[in-house]
Amino acid sequence: MASTRSFPTRGALRRSPFSRIDLIVGAAVIALLYLLVRLGQDMNAATLSAHVNSSVSTDAAYLPYYAARSLLRMFIALFLSVVFTFVYGTAAARSRRARTVLLPLLDILQSVPILGFLAITVTFFVSAFPGSIFGLECAAIFAIFTSQAWNMTFSFYHSLITQPHELDEAARMFRLTKWERFWHLDVPSSMIGLVWNGMMSFGAGWFFLAASEAITVFHHSYALPGLGSYVAASITEGNLGHIVIAIAVMIVLVVGVNFLFWRPLVAWSEKFRVETSEATDQPRSVTLDALRRSHVPALISRPLKPIGRGLDRVTRPFGLAEYPLFTSPAKRRAGNVVFGVAVAGAVLFGAYSAFAYLDAQGVLGQFPHCFVLGFYTFLRVVVLLIVSTLIWVPIGVKIGMNPRLSRYAQPVVQVFASFPANFLFPFATVIFVAVGLSLNIGGIFLMALGAQWYILFNVIAGASSIPTDLRELATEFGLPRWQRWRQLILPAIFPFFVTGAITASGGAWNAAIVAEVVSFGSHHLLAAGLGAYITEAATSGSFAEVLTGVIVMSFYVVLVNALVWRRLYGLAERRYSL
Amino acid sequence: MSQTSGDGHRDAIVRVSHVNKDFTLPDGSPLPVLRDIDFELREGEIITLLGKSGSGKSTLLRCIAGLIAPTSGTIEYRGSPVTGANPGVAMVFQSFALLPWLTVRANVEMGLEARGVAPDERRERAEQVIDLIGLDGFESAYPKELSGGMRQRVGFARALVVQPDALLMDEPFSALDVLTGENLRTELLSLWATRNFPTKAMLIVTHNIEEAVQLADRIFVMTSNPGQLRAAVLDELPRPRHRRSAEFEALVDQLYGIMTGAPQAGEEAPAAVDAALASPTDRPLPQARVGGLAGLLEIVANRGGQDDLPELARLLMFSVDDLLPLVEASEMLGFAEAVNADLRITDAGRKFVEADILVTKEIFGSAAYERAPLVHAITRSLASTKDENLQDRFFLDLLNRAFSDEDATNQLQTAIDWGRYGELFDFDAVSGELRLDQRGRELTAAEAAEAAA
Repeated sequence: MASTRSFPTRGALRRSPFSRIDLIVGAAVIALLYLLVRLGQDMNAATLSAHVNSSVSTDAAYLPYYAARSLLRMFIALFLSVVFTFVYGTAAARSRRARTVLLPLLDILQSVPILGFLAITVTFFVSAFPGSIFGLECAAIFAIFTSQAWNMTFSFYHSLITQPHELDEAARMFRLTKWERFWHLDVPSSMIGLVWNGMMSFGAGWFFLAASEAITVFHHSYALPGLGSYVAASITEGNLGHIVIAIAVMIVLVVGVNFLFWRPLVAWSEKFRVETSEATDQPRSVTLDALRRSHVPALISRPLKPIGRGLDRVTRPFGLAEYPLFTSPAKRRAGNVVFGVAVAGAVLFGAYSAFAYLDAQGVLGQFPHCFVLGFYTFLRVVVLLIVSTLIWVPIGVKIGMNPRLSRYAQPVVQVFASFPANFLFPFATVIFVAVGLSLNIGGIFLMALGAQWYILFNVIAGASSIPTDLRELATEFGLPRWQRWRQLILPAIFPFFVTGAITASGGAWNAAIVAEVVSFGSHHLLAAGLGAYITEAATSGSFAEVLTGVIVMSFYVVLVNALVWRRLYGLAERRYSL
Repeated sequence: MSQTSGDGHRDAIVRVSHVNKDFTLPDGSPLPVLRDIDFELREGEIITLLGKSGSGKSTLLRCIAGLIAPTSGTIEYRGSPVTGANPGVAMVFQSFALLPWLTVRANVEMGLEARGVAPDERRERAEQVIDLIGLDGFESAYPKELSGGMRQRVGFARALVVQPDALLMDEPFSALDVLTGENLRTELLSLWATRNFPTKAMLIVTHNIEEAVQLADRIFVMTSNPGQLRAAVLDELPRPRHRRSAEFEALVDQLYGIMTGAPQAGEEAPAAVDAALASPTDRPLPQARVGGLAGLLEIVANRGGQDDLPELARLLMFSVDDLLPLVEASEMLGFAEAVNADLRITDAGRKFVEADILVTKEIFGSAAYERAPLVHAITRSLASTKDENLQDRFFLDLLNRAFSDEDATNQLQTAIDWGRYGELFDFDAVSGELRLDQRGRELTAAEAAEAAA
């Protein structure tokens, strides 16, 4: 019998020592190393410069360089996020006592509008590295970090506590050390969630990058060489052409990073799937295939192996990944009391000092005003969610129910979600000015530019998860359109929709800080809202006012989370999970 | 040659003394899982721990492995108390518990790596065990590429490569299909019979009676709620053992009798069940659905109203113990009696099988109401409320006082299945509401009238 498959397979034959793929991969690795050294030097050189720039050149020739600098910032932040995730997530999952503090703290960190803190962190970092740009570099990286880390940490923590029971037992039974367990079990079993969340958070990070590279804080203007500051400078100049070019570069970056970095990672992480059944739709990546076919990864990893072994040995004294079976209850209780008192003391002291500070600055009277402004912003978020839902749910369902369409649409929507919406603000501003639309209304549109995609993205995922037999059943019974929606589609997409809406609402609150005050050239638009209040306070007001605004906004977000989203999420988990 | 022909004075590897284990229920009260377990695992022997699901046998195994702590009592390995993962044992898991991202070789080497064995020696030792266990050629495969049987071989290799003093196994063959399981069991036994098998004793947890008889030198039968060692049976049949031999079948029948609760010497016969008096927690419902129950009774009726259970199991291609819940359920409802390893259908059972569907439901409803304590309790509670309905949460909370979450849910599900079929009450899964049904109303009313008279 003739077989269409050859042995060895043609793919295997292609593994000759000097393939073209090896050349390409090798060249790419060398180019990457060169770029890193070169850009690293610039970050270093910048620390030597005497004063901080307040603006960057808008010469388009600088764009590739700016793009590289921005990209480096993104990856440094990603690296820091991963390190933070490993440490924080492990501590929260492994220590019962630490968990009681770390989890609520993470919940709050996730809820607070990060952009509101920008003014505070910039001031801090700039004063930490006086007379150099390095502090500003840190502040930008920190802003991106804060947009990525919490999601990833939650994902890692969740994977750790839902680790398959028998794998945990096997690891203990075979006496793995803490270090070995971490790298053999904890990280691999969390890999899929970590990569997915990393990818989505990285996308969100662009928005913060654009907002943090050029910023005015308490009458000081700072700018770092980068894409975001390029756009900011073009906005001040009122040059739409430059912005269009910057957007084109941005699209290339987002798509390129996706193609060369995230897509391969997603495809690679499939091997960490614990369920023994294969996923029906295996993600694939051209880049990963190329890497797998080349010898370069093996070449690079070979000298690293002894290092890994060395680390295994060095970390041995940290002990086994075990805990004593018997503990003295009295000792534990005493520990709990000491710990509880210490934590309560710290929290009370912190709250009291904040209150005393705000009182001393005389801004306590601003709270009612902030609550009113917060309500305006809240209304904007509500309108945004309703309108996005009405528009994107039907479209998302249409795409999701068509398997071929959704396979292409999902990555595209992902890129839309990654694209920093603040790059588009100048165009919107020009239009608002032209038609005379108040930013009070227009702000909703600006906030929606970034936030809406999460709804679409998740609705597509939800609709494509409806089992085919259920869909066929609905067709067979000839269910009228409304009944089909009510009994099949809406219940099926509900949990996905809630996830998307939570993310969209969080994104919208953050976006309010940059969307309620916009300018282009000589035009300045302002909306009544808490976001505008925080931005105004940061550019020309006081630290205490920023703090007041951020506290009120966090209060709104936490309250809405507790009253609305938690409940909807619970409902989705109980009633509508397929 | 067999290592089991010992002299009776062999060294104890693991010594379990007066071990009790309680789980803590959601309301904080203790749920006894193990009671006064006491035995030794000695060099050169195979012990099987035989029990129904929920008898705490896996819990006992994990206590011995040092993965969980007993509430009281001690476990010693070679004379020193176990206070963490037991250094002298390795374990084979029911679900294999392989790391899917490591190759077969890396999985096997894991334990050696953790012990700090140098890479070259690691590789060599792994290679030896891989050959021994019949995995050569699969070293660089990933677990998901392998069949269940091959995966469990990796599980064995991973455990044996560290040359444990004793090998613990938690239902090692029950996730495999019948033929694969049989094949692996036979190979394990022939390896055990060779001198260079890298472990000195084996403790195997199983719910499969024939498996226990085939493997063991000593068989411990565990009872449920709480788990206790009910009987220790010496299994001295000559190896290799043949399932069809008369001695083998006699031993299976004997164990069957012990497991279905035929009173042993020195034990009292269990009191007759009266649902109105027994509490649902004293007499938990066997996890059997009405469909399975009816099917079993029908087969027994067709085969002359009485049959040998192991024979029946063979006929149905089941392992005997899969039938146990069905047998218990038919006993509880008075549809059949188990005498040693025989199941005999009763008059009520015959009526139940032969009637048409409506009458069948009626008979079943009455039997469940009168003889299944939980069903009785639920029906009565529903009848005593004003609008004849209650939340499932209510019953789960009550059940939680004596059962773990999972068991409580199982109990309620079985009760709902029985109650629905007998039209005693109905259940709305969305609202979580139990509602009294027509038949339940009649029966409770009749009972009330009787009590008044």
